[in-house]
Amino acid sequence: MTLMTKFLGTGAALALTAGAALADPALIYDLGGKFDKSFNEAAFMGAEEYAAETGGSYKDIELQSEAQREQALRRFAEAGFNPVVTTGFSMSSPISSVAADYPDTKFVTIDGYVDPSEHPNVLSILFSEHEGSYLTGVLAALASDTGTVGFIGGMDIPLIRKFACGYAQGVLATNPDATVISNMTGTTPAAWNDPVKGTELASAQISQGADVIFAAAGGTGIGVLQAAADADILSVGVDSNQNHLHPGKVLTSMLKRVDVAVRESMAQGADLETGVMMLGLAENGVGYALDDNNADLITAEMKSAVDAAREQIIAGEVTVHDYSSDDSCPALSF
Amino acid sequence: MDLLTLLQVLDSTVRLATPLLLACLAGLFSERSGVFDIGLEGKMLAAAFASAAVAALTGSVWIGLLAGIGAAVFMSLIHGLASITFRGNQLISGVAINFLASGLTVLIAQDLFGQGGRTPSLIGAGRFEPITLPFAEALSGVPVLGPIYADLISGHSILVYVAFAMVPLSWWVLFRTRFGLRLRAVGDSPEAVDTAGVSVAGLRYGAVLICGLLCGLAGAYLATGLQAGFVREMTAGRGYIALAALIFAKWRPVHALWACLLFGLLQAVALRYQNIHLGGITIPVQVMDALPYILTVIILAGFVGKAIPPRAGGEPYVKER
Repeated sequence: MTLMTKFLGTGAALALTAGAALADPALIYDLGGKFDKSFNEAAFMGAEEYAAETGGSYKDIELQSEAQREQALRRFAEAGFNPVVTTGFSMSSPISSVAADYPDTKFVTIDGYVDPSEHPNVLSILFSEHEGSYLTGVLAALASDTGTVGFIGGMDIPLIRKFACGYAQGVLATNPDATVISNMTGTTPAAWNDPVKGTELASAQISQGADVIFAAAGGTGIGVLQAAADADILSVGVDSNQNHLHPGKVLTSMLKRVDVAVRESMAQGADLETGVMMLGLAENGVGYALDDNNADLITAEMKSAVDAAREQIIAGEVTVHDYSSDDSCPALSF
Repeated sequence: MDLLTLLQVLDSTVRLATPLLLACLAGLFSERSGVFDIGLEGKMLAAAFASAAVAALTGSVWIGLLAGIGAAVFMSLIHGLASITFRGNQLISGVAINFLASGLTVLIAQDLFGQGGRTPSLIGAGRFEPITLPFAEALSGVPVLGPIYADLISGHSILVYVAFAMVPLSWWVLFRTRFGLRLRAVGDSPEAVDTAGVSVAGLRYGAVLICGLLCGLAGAYLATGLQAGFVREMTAGRGYIALAALIFAKWRPVHALWACLLFGLLQAVALRYQNIHLGGITIPVQVMDALPYILTVIILAGFVGKAIPPRAGGEPYVKER
């Protein structure tokens, strides 16, 4: 028995020292899963880039349930990983409750917000999704023949309304007579993984005249893109570049450079500057995707129009209203 | 609301009601024989995955359908083994089936395709295409009836017609055949059936297998009829809505049809109109989503008729010594 205890003790001590000596970064994916072809996969790509560039290594974990959030944070912090990078807005409240216990560990919440005055060791990285969505709205309005475009969101949360609001503003700025139909899939997390509902929503919007549909809905969006491709109309992907899912049928994708955010915060290591960082068009944190799959869909005029809009937003000549700033949208009612 | 919009909503209703109907009938057979089944969700999910994966690998949706049915029947057999042979708790076994399917599908999909628990998009012969019924084109000019036939009745995938044909077939099997009589008897008083010299376990296994077959059709329809591939957790609670519909229908096939159509209609309306304005009142979309469950609770509470489950339901049969 004593021998056993000794072994266990040595093992634990070894594990602890090994962890503390490394100070590698760690990455926690949100419930969508590492290979969601979207948000979390972009984070994974960023971490892989970091590993390839610096030759360093990192640890990552896929959460299986809500209960694991805090547990995973504490495990990584106690093992000496620094910084601990997390994706998804749901991680911000577990970080708030954990951060004070590990003052030497830097936490990064991508898409979440933690008050920097209360927790000085947390970096909140936010994206100006409304600006990126504005650009896809400009493209959608130019690509639409019917003057009606659609938006399909996943779970009805302020973040998704921010997408919808920016998109609607882009559409209406380009074509003031256009109609924007907006639908949310549901109010529970199941709304992120219901492609059947996505398809039905898309066909309902198509029958109301929509010929470009922007899906910001995780796995549900797969159904939307499929329905759009089947009905021979255009769709717009989200987060990662989804143009390749249906080549020639996906107009563009609203890119959120989660990979850049992850790579940069990992590269800075333990010296990471904390606070709040906003990644917008100017920082190339958001944008629209242009590749071989949609090159034929984006005409030269569309490209110049959308690039002009981009310049105007960066220069501050055009301000895109942020839904989350006052919970209202001038271009769309929910 | 004009006729075209009405037809589109009803068309959507039919599509949304079909998986519910198949799963509801599956539960009907199982529960009528005295085996409660909350594993409908898991069986559908397993079938959805197996059908999409095999259709993607072989390029044939029919082989995919067989694989889907096979997967659901296999899950059913696990449920049967646990709850009939080993007399385990049927609810716990059902929950286990749900967890098993939820985890296994993603795991195998990731291993096979490496796309994050998703199958590749099915193309061409890998999915069920909508079929146009004869004369749909010719009759579409006829006022009212023409569009109803051409848009609403025609233009669904074959599994939709199979599902609707299952309703009279289930009724006939349950209420007009010897097997059906015994099946209902085994759910109400297995002792009587046993006394008559008929195998209780045999009948219950039969019912559970039919349940697997129907769940297989439902799952395959989701993944290869409505969608072009499998996405994790894509059943999104339809198995539970089907259970609610089963209670709402008071365990009867024709009522099950109406219950599923009603629940499908509620979903279709919720998807088509985000908020419904009736006079001065605005009904938020969430009310529509919650209505199936609210209605089920009302029925269960006995306000509208009384839902009496099969008497021996949920109890494993132990022979008296």
